[in-house]
Amino acid sequence: MPEYAVELRGVSKSFGPVVAVHDVTLAVREGEFFALLGPSGCGKTTTLRLIAGFEQPTSGEIYIAGQPQREIPPYRRPVNTVFQNYALFPHMTVYENVAFGLQMQRVPRAEIRRRVEEALEMVRLPGLEDRRPRELSGGQQQRVALARALVNRPRVLLLDEPLGALDQKLRKAMQLELKALQHRVGITFIYVTHDQEEALTMSDRIAVMNQGRVLQVGTPEEVYERPADRFVADFIGETNLLEGLVTEVQADRATVRVNGTLTLQVGATEGIATGQAVAVAIRPEKIALHSQPPGPYAIPGVVHEVVYSGADIRYLVRLTDQTLIQVRLQNMGNGSTPHFPREERVYLTWRPDAARLLTA
Amino acid sequence: MSRRSPGTPPSVQPLGRSRWLTVHGVMTYLFLYLPIVILVIFSFNVSRYVGVWRGFTLQWYRALFANEAIGAALRNSLIVAAASAFIATVLGTMVAIGLERYRFRLRAFVDALLYLPIIIPDIAMAVMLLLFFVLSRISLGLWTIIIAHVAFNISYVALVVRARLAYFDVSLEEAAQDLYADEWQTFRRVTLPLLMPGIIGGALLAFTLSLDDFVITFFVAGPGATTLPLRVYSMIKLGVTPEINALSALMLVISIVLVLASTLLAERRVG
Repeated sequence: MPEYAVELRGVSKSFGPVVAVHDVTLAVREGEFFALLGPSGCGKTTTLRLIAGFEQPTSGEIYIAGQPQREIPPYRRPVNTVFQNYALFPHMTVYENVAFGLQMQRVPRAEIRRRVEEALEMVRLPGLEDRRPRELSGGQQQRVALARALVNRPRVLLLDEPLGALDQKLRKAMQLELKALQHRVGITFIYVTHDQEEALTMSDRIAVMNQGRVLQVGTPEEVYERPADRFVADFIGETNLLEGLVTEVQADRATVRVNGTLTLQVGATEGIATGQAVAVAIRPEKIALHSQPPGPYAIPGVVHEVVYSGADIRYLVRLTDQTLIQVRLQNMGNGSTPHFPREERVYLTWRPDAARLLTA
Repeated sequence: MSRRSPGTPPSVQPLGRSRWLTVHGVMTYLFLYLPIVILVIFSFNVSRYVGVWRGFTLQWYRALFANEAIGAALRNSLIVAAASAFIATVLGTMVAIGLERYRFRLRAFVDALLYLPIIIPDIAMAVMLLLFFVLSRISLGLWTIIIAHVAFNISYVALVVRARLAYFDVSLEEAAQDLYADEWQTFRRVTLPLLMPGIIGGALLAFTLSLDDFVITFFVAGPGATTLPLRVYSMIKLGVTPEINALSALMLVISIVLVLASTLLAERRVG
């Protein structure tokens, strides 16, 4: 058994002068839930279409289960797709839709019946076999699309923003259900989404894409805690990006001067040199606020804005150099979360390893 | 139309208040349908003359069915209409798919060329087709009528099918291919069934256009190849008889049935 379910080696795709996918190299492991994450137009859907075979790469090679896929049409690839708009056949019933792939593969009638029923049960949609797609709700159509793909037991299931058309509540429920389903069937999922929260909660690994390039591949924890560059840091979750210059490098920490006035201490200094232009990335929830300076490294500021948002309280703190910093404090309950009114003087601290130095 | 600020929905006039609109509507429908109603009524008239009601009879219908010349003309018309509609539907559908789905050199030119038969006057088309048949030494007969009708019907079929293709969701074809259907299976199982309402609509339109074409048929018909419109024309030279009224009434019923059938089919197949 090959190690990778899908492998892309230096794959590029141009549409005329527009480069949609630029030199993408990826390896998706067997049984993995792999997300392609990025803003719209970043090339994630084109990448998925290249794997499905709807597009041919301009250069590079795609391997599915170790086999090169050049010139192989979509109908001979061991992958199935759940389309963004579901693409259910409107002139067929739910049963006929789900049975379509098996009929095309000339599976015996009795087995088709058994497997279609199985698939509809798996997506919890039995009893709707004779309905037409237009008679179903969005969520039900979504399940039919899933069943229609999964019934073929593909090597890899490709999902193109499958939850995009559902409302927030259903979306959350389907996220968990999809994840559970993937565990149960053990099929490799490649999941395209622009929703970073969705990618973080569902995936084993995430490839973050922007402008046709893969910027970082890693587990949700890796891309969140150790973003490779400014774009990833900013796109995944919220982050404060402070641009500055390295003034001093020690064994385990560097000193960065931001805006000429503010001095920050940041851990992890590998490959950092004095005089280098860097960005300091610090997540809002990793900053603590104090009314009195707890130590020499505390950064003074003034509360600029307070936003109560239920689970947490967000502060916008103005530093002495006018930089605005987002801070998020968890709402622990009445009294236990310190409350700072507007224009109050505060002091910011964080653990040195909570801040990241970004050079790209 | 009254002016309104953007964003507000157009105000709908209650029907009762705009009496002129009602009158206008009724007049329009009378203008369209009164002659037809009169024609149908007088096809059951005992009197030979329109305008004098002498009682109900079916004798004109009996005379019509007994008239062998009309029977032969009707047979010819049906053969021409069925054959030309069938051929034009196959070719027109292929042209529509070709133009809608593929990019090739001279595509814009072929596209424009396709609509020429709809735009140019029948008489010009008739003369050109006659010249073509004479120059290529094809003897005139039923076949030349069929070819001529195919020539103009392709454009109409292509027009109707393309209208449907314009709304076709290409991801449905991709879904079929993703589910192991090759190009031909995708066409047969997904594209064709979804285009069917357009194709049937085009075929019925072609059938109807062929059935009532006079000018082009008149030019390219050979001896003995008389269609119904040609026969009616030669009969009417001797005066309008209730027989012709009866024939027109029957044609009316046939076209209504055809239109109803196509509508019902379209609704059923859209899915």
